[in-house]
Amino acid sequence: MLDVVLLSRLQFAVASLFHFLFVPLTLGLSILTAIFETLYVKTGDEDYLRAAKFWGKLFLINFALGVVTGITLEFQFGTNWSKYSMYVGDIFGSLLAIEATLAFFLESTFIAVWHFGWNRLSPKLHALSIWLVAIASNISALWILLANGWMQHPVGYTIRNGRAELTSFLEVVTNPFGWMEFIHTVSGAYILAGFFVLGISAWHLRRKREVTFFKKCFKVAAVWTLIFALFEVFNGHLHGSEVAKAQPTKLAAMESLWETKQGAPMYLLVIPDEEHERNKLELFPIPGMLSLLAYHDPGATVKGLKEWPEEERPPVALTFWSFRLMVGLGFLFAALSLWVFWKRNNPEESPWLLRILPWVIPLPYLACELGWMVAEVGRQPWIVYGLMKTSKAVSPIAPAQVGISLLAFILVYTLLGLVDFYLLFKFARKGPGAKKTLAAPSSINA
Amino acid sequence: MEQNIFQIIWFVLWGVLWAVYFMLDGFDFGLGMLLPFIAKNDVDRRIIYNAAGPFWDGNEVWLITAGGATFAAFPKTYAVMFSALYTPLLLILFALILRGVAFEFRAKEESPVWKGIWDLCLVVGSFLPALLFGVAFANFFQGLPIDWQGIMHGNTLSLLNPYGLLGGLLFVVMFIVHGALWLTIKSNGALKRRAKKVAESFWVIEMLLVIIFLVATGFFTDLWVNFFRYKWLLIIPALALLGFVAIPGFLAYGSYWKAWFSSALAILMTTAFGVAGLFPRLIPSSLNPDWSLTIYNSSSSPLTLKIMTAVALIFVPIVILYQLWTYKTFSEKVKPEFLETEEAY
Repeated sequence: MLDVVLLSRLQFAVASLFHFLFVPLTLGLSILTAIFETLYVKTGDEDYLRAAKFWGKLFLINFALGVVTGITLEFQFGTNWSKYSMYVGDIFGSLLAIEATLAFFLESTFIAVWHFGWNRLSPKLHALSIWLVAIASNISALWILLANGWMQHPVGYTIRNGRAELTSFLEVVTNPFGWMEFIHTVSGAYILAGFFVLGISAWHLRRKREVTFFKKCFKVAAVWTLIFALFEVFNGHLHGSEVAKAQPTKLAAMESLWETKQGAPMYLLVIPDEEHERNKLELFPIPGMLSLLAYHDPGATVKGLKEWPEEERPPVALTFWSFRLMVGLGFLFAALSLWVFWKRNNPEESPWLLRILPWVIPLPYLACELGWMVAEVGRQPWIVYGLMKTSKAVSPIAPAQVGISLLAFILVYTLLGLVDFYLLFKFARKGPGAKKTLAAPSSINA
Repeated sequence: MEQNIFQIIWFVLWGVLWAVYFMLDGFDFGLGMLLPFIAKNDVDRRIIYNAAGPFWDGNEVWLITAGGATFAAFPKTYAVMFSALYTPLLLILFALILRGVAFEFRAKEESPVWKGIWDLCLVVGSFLPALLFGVAFANFFQGLPIDWQGIMHGNTLSLLNPYGLLGGLLFVVMFIVHGALWLTIKSNGALKRRAKKVAESFWVIEMLLVIIFLVATGFFTDLWVNFFRYKWLLIIPALALLGFVAIPGFLAYGSYWKAWFSSALAILMTTAFGVAGLFPRLIPSSLNPDWSLTIYNSSSSPLTLKIMTAVALIFVPIVILYQLWTYKTFSEKVKPEFLETEEAY
């Protein structure tokens, strides 16, 4: 029998994973669109104006679903996790409210200004509006991840009046865990947007359509993607050390480490066997590597899962596989971005690269979702690590209510997701409009 | 004492955020509900979409902020409000999702079937929130059957009581008038004339409902108690009535902006009337007055309230300024030429 906790968790998983299909592209493509439009303002090269319009159109299609699915997430803390909201609202609620006031207003207001303002604003002001959208959406991500970072590693609070109350706002907003999550998440989002632009550009280049135009887009995205794909490997490592410090159970699950070990090795090939509390297979060890990565000391002790009673361990296999796959993809992106960067000036001469890149587009999406699986599944059984169990956080509502809404979520989101990706495909294939039909920002003609 | 001040500030802000949300998104809902009745062809329909085009998204953020502020300042109220109203709230959210994507997706394909689907989404996505917000707030005004733990005794259908439905109906009609007035500002010719007619005829129903609502409030709720205790509060319902009454006058003289502002004032003050009547409660319990959620037993800690006050005092005025600027920038009518551009909805 499905209970309210499980149903609510499934619903939150559906809602957040679906929401995060759209957020990363928003975070990255807003900046890339802003870069293109700035290049246009600086150089007067009309191709950059067309680039801003073309990528901006895809951005808008994507943005719509990002916004509307974000609202449900905010309200779900109240509808489905009311005990959580009561217990930690003093801290968590304020972060969400600050996000809305500081960032979401700015983002939603100026996206409309950008969308409808082509004939009403000067080119500089118009470019500024997309920069405001880009900055606001990234600030928005910061506050959301500070809120999530607090659930991962609660700081700056005390238990008073039967709930967690804020004692230091500064500690909450400087929580290193939240900042590491932010850096790691937005870098991943930028990689996603980079491969999105590269993949679509490659698709057109291979068909010899708008070659000059797409070469320009390709070049900007190549530099961009290289920077963040390399940075992600580096900051991912730092984020991992933060997890080792703050969430030892998550680290043990990420590595499927059952026994506590001094100088723990890292096995390149592992198959966890959760039922028997061991691994079916452990091959190709690199001695001391896990200790080194986690604590910067090859001889350090890494705690195994058996240190904790079973009910305090996260689901091991899911956390482990999500983590492994995400890391593997991260290295793949780094390698690909080097190849892309190397060919950035003449991609049309590398048919294999052009053939592969469109197929790479879904992979960063997968990596982002896997990252969230590690973060959220790996935190279990806690909703706030070490402070509140997920099972104690749920609303006093009937399972049937949640069951019906979960089905509705799956149905509505699937349909909308299909429509959205259909439109993205359609307009991505169509390419930028012919030069003459485009309206430039107003005062260029004046 | 010091904490009391911040609790009161946040109670006021809580009311203001909801009131501004209804005032702004209200006209979007009105436009959406009017779509099938007032548009004669696709050009008309697109003018209606684009009349809300640059605004609906920014308007909707007031809802998110109202929700966020409830969470931050009164976490217990947030928890009870949204879990007790689980089904209606999720219906509102789904409706808002469909409405939002309808704006973005409709013009992306030429097929009439495609457009018809999104038109339906816009209509449903505008009508349901208008109705359900009205039902929900009327139920807050008369109290929810919540026990001392904030657990709701009763189901979704029990919200559809006479006073709740009256609130829903009032919201629907208020927003229809509000949206029709907005359309008189944003359109020309026959569409504008039809919008004016709708505004005039629905205004009669609106007035009727307002009077019934004010009287029914005396029977079903104790909201009026505060107004008789603090007489100066009576300025709120007075301003609401003034707003409602002024609408047809301004319309008759062709002062469409003024008519819309009157309607905006009326919506603001109608919400404020309910909120002021609730004070110091946020959600009264209909089972036992002692179980009501108040600003005293459901607020955040003094530190959180102080920080949130600073954030609100700095950023809300900034938000208002740039939103006013966008309203000014896009104050022009939606002309048929604009529909030729690729950015038009």
